[in-house]
Amino acid sequence: MKIGLFIPCYVDTLYPEVGVATYRLLKHLGIDVTYPLHQTCCGQPMANAGFEGEALPLVKKFEETFNAFDYVVAPSVSCTAFVRLNYQRLLGEAHECTTAQKAMDVVEFLHDVVKVNQPLGRFPHKVSLHNSCHGVRELRLSSPSEEHIAKFNKIKDLLQLVDGIEVVEPERPDECCGFGGMFAVEETAVSAQMGIDKLNRHIATGAEYITGPDCSCLMHLSGVAKKQGKDIQFKHVVEILAAGI
Amino acid sequence: MGTQHSKAAKEFLKNQDYAHWHDNTFWAVRQKRDNMAQGLDEWEQLREKASAIKRHTITHLDQYLDEFATRAERNGAIVHWAKDAAEFNEIVYGILKEHDVKKMVKSKSMLTEECGMNPYLEARGIEVVETDLGERIIQLKGQKPSHIVMPAIHLNHDDVGELFEEKGISDEKGNHDPTYLTYRARLSLRNEFLTADAGMTGANFGIAETGDIVVCTNEGNADMSTSCPKLHIAAIGLEKVIPNYDCLAVFQRMLCRAGTGQPTTTYTSHFRKARPTAEQMHIVLVDNGRSDWIANPEHWEILKCIRCGSCMNTCPVYRRSGGYSYSYFIPGPVGINLGMLRSPLQHSGNVSACTLCLSCQSVCPVKIDLGDQVYKWRQQLDEFGTANSSKKLMCNAMTTLFSHPSLYKMATAVSPLANILPPFLINSSLNPWAEGHDMMKFPKKPFHEMAKDLNISPKA
Repeated sequence: MKIGLFIPCYVDTLYPEVGVATYRLLKHLGIDVTYPLHQTCCGQPMANAGFEGEALPLVKKFEETFNAFDYVVAPSVSCTAFVRLNYQRLLGEAHECTTAQKAMDVVEFLHDVVKVNQPLGRFPHKVSLHNSCHGVRELRLSSPSEEHIAKFNKIKDLLQLVDGIEVVEPERPDECCGFGGMFAVEETAVSAQMGIDKLNRHIATGAEYITGPDCSCLMHLSGVAKKQGKDIQFKHVVEILAAGI
Repeated sequence: MGTQHSKAAKEFLKNQDYAHWHDNTFWAVRQKRDNMAQGLDEWEQLREKASAIKRHTITHLDQYLDEFATRAERNGAIVHWAKDAAEFNEIVYGILKEHDVKKMVKSKSMLTEECGMNPYLEARGIEVVETDLGERIIQLKGQKPSHIVMPAIHLNHDDVGELFEEKGISDEKGNHDPTYLTYRARLSLRNEFLTADAGMTGANFGIAETGDIVVCTNEGNADMSTSCPKLHIAAIGLEKVIPNYDCLAVFQRMLCRAGTGQPTTTYTSHFRKARPTAEQMHIVLVDNGRSDWIANPEHWEILKCIRCGSCMNTCPVYRRSGGYSYSYFIPGPVGINLGMLRSPLQHSGNVSACTLCLSCQSVCPVKIDLGDQVYKWRQQLDEFGTANSSKKLMCNAMTTLFSHPSLYKMATAVSPLANILPPFLINSSLNPWAEGHDMMKFPKKPFHEMAKDLNISPKA
């Protein structure tokens, strides 16, 4: 099983340590993972802003870069969801899109494909789990609070494999944090308010860390936290899973 | 980059106490709805069923409309067809004029709001009295609804108490007790019911098999509006017709659970013909764009909407910006979409008032893909000429950079990382990102540089 590691543009430039943790974790689990160098962005920022046409060259590039792998694994739920749900339509019926089926967020890959159940790293801290919208409602990493279905949470399942951790969830556990890409700069007031509200609910759990499967939510929340002078730390889920490994 | 919505939202959020109250009030409704949904094991099946019924009906609407109108006429109702808002208003005015109506009481109808009926009739000398308590309050205040189910939710009991004093509805100054105010409103409305010459209702459903108009209220005001006056006019949008009672049973279980978190409305009233002591019952079927929307391959499913309001209650943006911040009279997720169907040129500003969190479509009892439709509208803004030009430039620049890996690599190597980030993330006093956020820390090296050290890439 050959795994292509996809490190989205903003993770590459802002959170390289998340890329490193993802790689180390996969390696630790004995997975054959490589990182194709000529990768950049999946096209989500342009498409969500209303410019799918601008995303198309990136879609083609992505397909070219990753089509030889069995899975494309990324530490980002929103990028993964974008690839899975939109790529085939964007490429058109004439071009078969293989990466749409192969793209997986690292959490679902570890939970559903690798089916990890061995003890992972050690992280003796209280952690508040941030369930990112596209993880919940597009990739179904957890049961959406709106639906009447059996409760589950794949991120929590994985975090429970970490030694010493205490995982809690805030009130309104899957309400949006207010990032939304361009939304954060077009609707600055609502975006900041949503961020403050979300942050306060995470802080109210008494957690030392906020963790989640998407750096964009964490980037938003940490920016709000700093501006508000709130003292809480942020880690991507893979950084915790790989802690001490 | 400010849209009308973003500016109005900013104003809305300045009063933090009020903004938190607004958010918490609607979140509480969402929680009541969750309790109801969790209380029915078949909830998700009901949503599937409700969606399927609507899809079927809307795609066979010619047949069901014909059946509905035939049945209604056979029952003794007089059926009219209005192709647009202007024709609707003319038809209603014509009926009222023929019966020499001076005053009409009415129960809640978003359709009459859509058509601007009240001002049209008032300009022609007919007094129109809203009888839903929330609607009555905003009518007296000269406002529009801020929510489709709870139209006066933005006001508190002190606002209402002062309004009632000013209008002479209550006579104990300073008594803003909700029970007292409701009692005074009831007294005042009782007089209106008794002295009106006509009563109008909206319609939550029209039943094709029986010709029934079905109206759901909590206050019984639709029944009062039709029990006293000699004339009943029911206004119904084309998409509200459903096949039969079995289908009604599905929606009846969902509408109120989804909308207000109650198991059912207090009153579910069926109207088939004028009561024995009255003169006539008229039904006005209104198109006003709906038959065009059916032909829109990407957006026709918005016609499945039963106007429960649950997408507004769950929308994190609606809860933090209020109904008046949207340019269309129906706010929130469904309003963004309906506004775009109505007039993209006027309502394009609303489509950025969405984080694409998709809570709306997970809540929607008829499974409209509300958030996905907002995404689709965004793709069309360029063609409408309403796309934001700086956003377009930004996206264009990002694509140029990202579609040339060598350029991307070079940029990250020779310039500070800040220069190659999506430009909107750069912190500066001129940048909107800096309004709510503090600067992020920039790492020394991007991941693709570290990857070289880790030796994890295939050799070129």
